[in-house]
Amino acid sequence: MVKVDKTILLDTCLLAGRIMIEGGSEMYRVEDTMNRIVKNAGQSDPLIFTTATGIIIGLKNQPYVQLSQVSARNIDMEKVAGVNQLSRQFAEGKITLTQMRKSLIHLDKNTPYFPLPLQVLGAAVVSATLMVIFAQQYDWLDIPLAAVAGSLGYLVNYYVGRATKIRFMSEMLGAFIVGLTALIGVRLGLGREIDNVIIGAVMPLVPGVAITNSIRDMLAGHLLSGMARGMEAILSACAIGVGIAIIFRFF
Amino acid sequence: MTYLTEFIVQFTFSYLATVAFAICINVPHKALILAGWAGAFGWMVYWLLETAGSGRMLANLLGAVAIGVCGIVFARIKKMPVIIFNIPGLVPLVPGATAYQAVRAMVLGNMDLAIQLGVRVTMVAGAIAVGFMIAQLISELSYRIRW
Repeated sequence: MVKVDKTILLDTCLLAGRIMIEGGSEMYRVEDTMNRIVKNAGQSDPLIFTTATGIIIGLKNQPYVQLSQVSARNIDMEKVAGVNQLSRQFAEGKITLTQMRKSLIHLDKNTPYFPLPLQVLGAAVVSATLMVIFAQQYDWLDIPLAAVAGSLGYLVNYYVGRATKIRFMSEMLGAFIVGLTALIGVRLGLGREIDNVIIGAVMPLVPGVAITNSIRDMLAGHLLSGMARGMEAILSACAIGVGIAIIFRFF
Repeated sequence: MTYLTEFIVQFTFSYLATVAFAICINVPHKALILAGWAGAFGWMVYWLLETAGSGRMLANLLGAVAIGVCGIVFARIKKMPVIIFNIPGLVPLVPGATAYQAVRAMVLGNMDLAIQLGVRVTMVAGAIAVGFMIAQLISELSYRIRW
């Protein structure tokens, strides 16, 4: 077994853990991956403490401890898959620790994304199809309006999220635009049921998956992370509710 | 609308919704098609049970079990983490619409409805989480029993 620099080992572990949490992985998977990296590097007894906002890692009975902040929490599966891939390669001995660290830094900075027009098309399809599925009314006439409102809301969410660091502002403005588009569309006679259109069109924004994930974290025993993620999901649901409510209040 | 056309519409729409949402959350493109199958399969389990009159919670729970089992099988085929298939697959089941209705009722001052819907969100999310735990249990058992 090659002797590895423990500081670099811990740093790599923290990097992997942080990228996974930012990508929306469950906590047990984060801890599992970090454990595996330490074990595969030939060290035993890592001490790992993960929360949704920070990670601490140390080696038992040795003067090595590092911690890292987690400031962003999104859902980005490409990151989770990427770390998983690198961890597998490291376990098989195909890459060294330094190579892995370099690839992780690269993955963190330039995750491949789908082109924005494709994402917006995705949002439009999500809005239109989920409107039919949730409403269970088969109102085909509302589909175009829901698709337009959903894609506009997604675009606004995307650009506001890039322009400002204020949390929950992008969700609120995105929902506001969704409501406004739906209202104008219905007034112009392009759609019939404003409620169904809005429910469909906010689906790309609402944190349904985040709520479910937080409960999964809590049931797996990660109470702190579950609470933190659940709170974040509730706050963003509230932001969306406020954005829509502005429309309902004033018009 | 006949039962068969309804079935086809539900199936295709849940498939499309899952794949489209997967694009929004940046699922690796190799996994898109299988993730869509997980979502459509889970939703069909939910929809068939719900139309058969099983009630919302049982339908959600078994739908989540179906998605979880699909996710585990697909993850072994593709050698990718399970959540890549689970999270987009959840989208048709997840209580996003109810969460939105709850918050809207609250903001508009309709407190009784808001609390009622809020409790429903928690219960549905809990049912889905328990469904995933059952799926995980099934996968652990399938590891132990070698045939």
